[in-house]
Amino acid sequence: MKASDFNYVCPSSVEEATSLLALHGDGAKVIAGGQSLVPALNLRLLAPEILIDIGRIGTLRYISVADGMVRIGALARHVDLLNSQEIAEHVPLLAEAITYVAHPAIRNRGTIGGNLAHADPASELPACMMALDAVMVISGPSGERRVAASEFFLGIYETALAPDELLIGLEIPVTAAGSRFYFHEFSRRNGDFAIAGLAAQANVRDGTVESLRLAYFAIGGRPTLAAHAAAKVARQPIGPAVIADAQSALAEDLEPHDDQQASSAMRLHLAKVLLERCMSDLVQDQEMKRKALQ
Amino acid sequence: MSGSADTPSGLSALDRPNSYIGRAVPRPNLTRLMQGRGQYVSDMTLPRMGHVVYVRSPYAHARILGIDSTDAKAMPGVIAVVTGAELAQVCTPWVGVLSHLKGLKSAPQYPIAVDRACWQGEAVAAVIATSRAIAEDAAEQVIVDYEELEPVTDMRTALDPETPVIHPDLGDNLAFERKLDAGEVDRAFAEADAVVDAEFVFGRHTGVTLESRSVLADWNAGEGRLTVYQGTQAPHMMQNIFAKHLSLEEAQVRVVCKDVGGSFGIKVHVYADEMATAALSKLLRRPVKFVADRIESFATDIHARDHRCYGKIGVMKDGTITAFEIDDLTGIGPYSMYPRTSAIEANQVVNLVGGPYTAQNYRARARVVFQNKNVTCQYRAVGHPIACSVTEGLVDLAARAIGMDPAEIRRRNLIQDDAYPCGSPSGLKFEALSHHAALNKLLAMMNYDALRVEQAELRQRGIYRGIGLASFIEVTNPSAAFYGVGGARISSQDGVTVRLDATGSVTCQTSITEQGQGSEAITAQVVATAIGVPMERVRVILGDTDNTPYGGGTWASRAAGIGGEAAWQAGKALRNNILAAAATILQADPATLDVVDGVVVDKGTTRQRIGLDEMARITYFRPDTLPPGFQAELMATRHFVPRQYPFAFTNGVQASWLEVDIETGFVTLLKHWVVEDCGTIINPQLVDEQIRGGVVQGLGPALYEHCRYDESGQLTNGNMADYLVPMAAEMPDIEVGHVVSPTLETELGAKGAGEAGTAGAAAAVANAVNDALSPFDVLITEIPLTPELILKELKRF
Ligand SMILES: Cc1cc2nc3c(=O)[nH]c(=O)nc-3n(C[C@H](O)[C@H](O)[C@H](O)COP(=O)(O)OP(=O)(O)OC[C@H]3O[C@@H](n4cnc5c(N)ncnc54)[C@H](O)[C@@H]3O)c2cc1C
Repeated sequence: MKASDFNYVCPSSVEEATSLLALHGDGAKVIAGGQSLVPALNLRLLAPEILIDIGRIGTLRYISVADGMVRIGALARHVDLLNSQEIAEHVPLLAEAITYVAHPAIRNRGTIGGNLAHADPASELPACMMALDAVMVISGPSGERRVAASEFFLGIYETALAPDELLIGLEIPVTAAGSRFYFHEFSRRNGDFAIAGLAAQANVRDGTVESLRLAYFAIGGRPTLAAHAAAKVARQPIGPAVIADAQSALAEDLEPHDDQQASSAMRLHLAKVLLERCMSDLVQDQEMKRKALQ
Repeated sequence: MSGSADTPSGLSALDRPNSYIGRAVPRPNLTRLMQGRGQYVSDMTLPRMGHVVYVRSPYAHARILGIDSTDAKAMPGVIAVVTGAELAQVCTPWVGVLSHLKGLKSAPQYPIAVDRACWQGEAVAAVIATSRAIAEDAAEQVIVDYEELEPVTDMRTALDPETPVIHPDLGDNLAFERKLDAGEVDRAFAEADAVVDAEFVFGRHTGVTLESRSVLADWNAGEGRLTVYQGTQAPHMMQNIFAKHLSLEEAQVRVVCKDVGGSFGIKVHVYADEMATAALSKLLRRPVKFVADRIESFATDIHARDHRCYGKIGVMKDGTITAFEIDDLTGIGPYSMYPRTSAIEANQVVNLVGGPYTAQNYRARARVVFQNKNVTCQYRAVGHPIACSVTEGLVDLAARAIGMDPAEIRRRNLIQDDAYPCGSPSGLKFEALSHHAALNKLLAMMNYDALRVEQAELRQRGIYRGIGLASFIEVTNPSAAFYGVGGARISSQDGVTVRLDATGSVTCQTSITEQGQGSEAITAQVVATAIGVPMERVRVILGDTDNTPYGGGTWASRAAGIGGEAAWQAGKALRNNILAAAATILQADPATLDVVDGVVVDKGTTRQRIGLDEMARITYFRPDTLPPGFQAELMATRHFVPRQYPFAFTNGVQASWLEVDIETGFVTLLKHWVVEDCGTIINPQLVDEQIRGGVVQGLGPALYEHCRYDESGQLTNGNMADYLVPMAAEMPDIEVGHVVSPTLETELGAKGAGEAGTAGAAAAVANAVNDALSPFDVLITEIPLTPELILKELKRF
């Protein structure tokens, strides 16, 4: 398992990186943490002519909070998110989700930009971006543009990024006071990619749920907002009948796939289990959960 | 670590002052390995070394119409591209049969497929280049023209007349069949109050060693010698086989086995690609190295299990088991593996089912069929997990049928601890087992009755936990009855040489090998104790056919029991020789002297007479001062092989405590207990960790590990992301306890401990899952117990 030969270049700025991308076109591949790319190279699933290593563009590794917005640079590593007080305080959903991503060795190198650009449908982080209504910040030959998470993830390993564009960061609105989250996934082993997972964010008042965003992952080719199911529970007192109603609506929202880990029927079933657990968790006191993250 | 035996068995010879027997002393090789100074084959480089990459068949069954390597050969750095036909000129084929497995047949297997590939992953050409990367680049340019043939993939239809015969010369796809009928089975079933049956299904899985298979072969034409550096468990066996198939004298072959990163039975077989590597070295007259990558490991390291076993049990209302019956079917790939054969596992299943119990009525049939999948062969606890899961699954079914507690039915049927020696209906001979002592200890360790109460309380709250028990027997210390009698040149005896060096330290050469389990440590412990020197003064050399006595190596839980006894005897012999020399120097009666802590002392006191360093100095450098006619012999060799019993059986019992999420089908292992009896415990820490590691290798296939093939014979999950190896986070705490019944066949009294954990772990888990799910009236007799399987049985979707 040796990668085929490639050239290597290590730009020191975003501008340099994007012009290299424009120059080399399809033959180029960006490498960030390498945690998804290097296995693909060694398995010879990919054989780029040149690797553009963005790992030394220091300006892309940051986490900041200002003006009601959490901003994360593309090169912020999983471990940075895990250790960040800002993330724990302002986007606790992400703080919890990151603990499910891979293992320490991988979290030490893997970057959030690489993770989102890779767009593995089984990954936790794209779904969190959907649940949190994040915006992707992209740099290309014609400057910067912003794309909502719900329009960024297009399919298996497919995003709105053009070949000559770089994901440079993302922006997440600080979650409102009183907003609640739920995160859970079913994976065969700790740190494995999930076979079904749910990232959810909502406002909860007097046992009813508002502006609920249910982002499923590992079900179908991309992270999916279950809008029909969310509509069924909106402003309803949460109880078995309402939950059952929402569970049935999941069939409209999701397009579960078959693979070795689970059939599509099993995935739909697990999505329903997640929904039920999510709803009962959301209406319970979450103080403990917040404290555990800080 | 509670429950560990930290005292030796009480055999007086082992209780010498400063005895290392029964002590958890650190392994001498630990520092070296922890500092990264291990020497694995993949670390080695020789001048002019070529790296070989094998072009492997993408089809399960295909005729090779042509191989075009023109482009590959033209690439810079490529040394050669060699086909099966070319290599067949250098290396003869082999057939994996043993004469004592009557009727076992297989076809000639070549190091590289000659005109037909019989499984996806079989090598069809070799590319040798100056680096592995170049060889991989070139391998992509080798164009093989295949004609796809219909593959045989389902073992259930392998014998049907419509199914193609993989090797037409053999007549059919049946490699081996064994039948056994003992006692009066029909009558026993007819008279039973209840008869229950089930089909047990075992997924294929593999060993996943941390270090993949590696071999570096160096044919030195000038010397006429082949040196093979190989990660193997059995260097002398490999020496014989390289010589035989490369048309060399054994003396022309040296097999060197340095550090090995795990074996578990994976590295005790003859692999076509490793034979090809040696043959390539001879052909190309230069060193050639092959290191399997992970994908190759999954596609070509032997797989194991893959059984479907129907089982039936008869039971009386009072719990007495009247009879067992099984019909086992297993698919072994296209060839019986060489030289140990792929029929041993099924044969073991027949031998072992019902083994812990008194019932004497037993009927069995086992059929072993060919298929176009990777070859299977002996892997840790050969046949045991199947026999144990079938037996223990049936015993639980019987208990359920008559409404008896699973612990109670075992108590009523396990062979009594004072009934030995005795035999089993399949002809096994038991010297001394301790099923009841082990069960009692286990139930106490796990607080069985309290756990049952807790289980019932939790069930009220919708939490489904289960308890599973599994008694087992384990084959260890095999005599020649395992392989030798069947004509295989596999040594069942081992040898150890010990030498007192000029400064009073000891060099020890042993024919057993080390792959991480601590062979080196226990050898040093035994030798140091037998001679009477500090352990630090003993250096152990193993894994080199030029530099160790002839012997079997390490497999089948034999190293401590057989190699350990040889070490003990060699150490004692050297000690006597030391005493003779010391007595001469001291002008004393040797019977009045002893060796303690590297010093000759007066027996019974600690009065020091002469240090071994001083004694060795006089013996080696001033022999002129010794009386005429006295010749010191400060080197001794002893060999050992069990003769009384074909195998030293061990026994034990395991228990699993787990929770099943009935909404998701996920199983959480909460706790695991093992009580085992391996006789004398030389090093309690090594034994406990062997048990724990073995349990994990049994839990893996119970829940996770599975080589999944599709109908066309493609392995669909041959990588570390999709093949689920058990990881620490999912593993429960494993508490280990011991009962000690030393074998009287040796002075050391040690039996094997390497496979006990694997033997019973899956059975305990499967029984626990069924126990957890008992309110739902489901029975699952298939492993791995995946969430999907459990949800389906529960009809959740
Ligand atoms: C054993 C293992 C287990 C894992 N488990 C999980 C898991 O449970 N959940 C999970 O989410 N992930 C998991 N991962 C993946 C891990 O999170 C990766 O770090 C991540 O997916 C990719 O990040 P990276 O920085 O390593 O990207 P790289 O591997 O360097 O790149 C990945 C892809 O993104 C592109 N890319 C990278 N950065 C940018 C950018 N800024 N702009 C445009 N394109 C870019 C690259 O060209 C490449 O195609 C696992 C990985 C391993 C090896």
